Amino acid sequence: MLDVSNVYKTFNPGTVNEKTALNGVSLTLKDGDFVTVIGGNGAGKSTLLNAVAGVWPVDSGSISIGGADVTRLPEHKRAKYIGRVFQDPMMGTAATMQIEENLALAARRGKGRTLRRGITRDEREGYREVLKILDLGLEDRLTSKVGLLSGGQRQALTLLMATLQKPDLLLLDEHTAALDPKTAAKVLEATERIVQKDKLTTLMITHNMKDAIVHGNRLIMMYEGRIALDIAGEDKKKLTVEDLLARFGQATGSDEADDKLLLG
Amino acid sequence: MAFLTSLLNSMPGAAAQGLAWGVMAIGVYITYRILDVADLTVDGSLGTGAAVCVLLTLNGAPVGVAMACAVLAGLLAGLVTGLLHTACGIPAILSGILTQLALYSVNLRIMGWGTGGGKANLPISVDKYGLLVSARYVRDLALNNPLIPLALFVAVVIAVLYWFFGTELGCALRATGSNGNMARAQGINTNWCKVLGLMVSNALVALAGALLAQYQGFADVNMGRGAIVIGLAAVIIGEVLFSKVFRNFALKLLACAIGAVIYYIVIQFVLRLGLSTDDLKLLTALVVALFLAVPYWKGRYFAKKVIPAGKGGGAHA
Repeated sequence: MLDVSNVYKTFNPGTVNEKTALNGVSLTLKDGDFVTVIGGNGAGKSTLLNAVAGVWPVDSGSISIGGADVTRLPEHKRAKYIGRVFQDPMMGTAATMQIEENLALAARRGKGRTLRRGITRDEREGYREVLKILDLGLEDRLTSKVGLLSGGQRQALTLLMATLQKPDLLLLDEHTAALDPKTAAKVLEATERIVQKDKLTTLMITHNMKDAIVHGNRLIMMYEGRIALDIAGEDKKKLTVEDLLARFGQATGSDEADDKLLLG
Repeated sequence: MAFLTSLLNSMPGAAAQGLAWGVMAIGVYITYRILDVADLTVDGSLGTGAAVCVLLTLNGAPVGVAMACAVLAGLLAGLVTGLLHTACGIPAILSGILTQLALYSVNLRIMGWGTGGGKANLPISVDKYGLLVSARYVRDLALNNPLIPLALFVAVVIAVLYWFFGTELGCALRATGSNGNMARAQGINTNWCKVLGLMVSNALVALAGALLAQYQGFADVNMGRGAIVIGLAAVIIGEVLFSKVFRNFALKLLACAIGAVIYYIVIQFVLRLGLSTDDLKLLTALVVALFLAVPYWKGRYFAKKVIPAGKGGGAHA
């Protein structure tokens, strides 16, 4: 479904702030794969997701989704294939617009925007039903401005928007990191439910190793702009945090990474 | 008593000017409030609309056609600013300033059309041409009173925009202004939306220029100077006075037009009190600066302490 091949990205080239964020990363996701991504700060996790989403062009390498080469497509054209939830709860929704208007925008992802109604009556009823999945009471607040919602509610809404139209690929960038533990658990649970229901191909970054082990059928660990570990299937099911750290140390030949990972 | 009579006599004129500037203020609302861009093109496109309308009418075009062309000219002006901003990566404010400056020359050329040079002023007589609005009849109790078509224009503009911003495209435009990251993630071409918004905004401003030129009986190269500030004044007066009662989008647009009328009534008032017209722009700038500063001060120094509901929630609403 997703094919990232030998991608490089360097920020601020030629300056003192030069940083090679992606160093020839390659990754292939099969249809229905739910892959969790872990790694320390600056390992290139978010950069990898942004490269796939097309936030900026990559320096070299290629990216294709469902067989279509998207390497040169701008962000808004790739949106046709991709649902995204950001780390910052403010980033995924339009605060000055209503809940139903946000959903209507998401329902039209990847379609041409014309002079037809921005939201129809039938849609409204549909959204009421869809919002019930979240179990946050939002189904009774369709016309509330999203800016009035809490961070957790906004993040849950963003998740719903990202999956309202079944995406070929779902990108979750530490989407529970900015939430309190209880809300984070709730959003993560909703994520698991939606991903399972629609069998979505998913890339989920998390800073929580336990979450990374519990969720998904495959786990990758990034280090210095590359994939250092890739664990799938039965191997992943038996995995523990200690295992993970030990294998990471072997793979990279570094032990200082332990603290970095645990703290990051 | 004489003061009151003269003030009262000036009211219809203030209302008419206010309504014409109301159309302009609605244009400013689109960029300033919906797109979240301060577009300075308007100082030039107001004059462009006026110049195109007067020139074409003088050359025998029906006034309706002349005004339609003025609107087209406004669309073009917005397109230029939009492309400078999106395709050339120039900050929005600077793009507007560049277009505005270029339009000064363009406006001189339009008004000097056929003379081989530029012209700073182009008069048009309501006696010889079938103008839609004229200051001459502003106190008449008759159908040719300019207040009627002006009010009609404001109403139609509000109706059309209300419809437009409810469409898929209009919603995409609002999302672009509200949160560009979200808009792009939902497949919206935010650059194109910005260009479109700037075009629509400047089309309205040019329409206002065409109305104003007819109303006052001339187009002038300096008539747009400070237009952005007057437009902002109208938007802000409207918001300060009506934001608590006017929730609906159409009413918010109406508040801009009412804000423009109030602005001109206040101007008449202070002029009658003896303020020199030379000092008007200073006064306008001060008033707008004050109104822009008040919400900031309120937030900064008089904010009630609120315990946030969730981490980071709602704070940026």
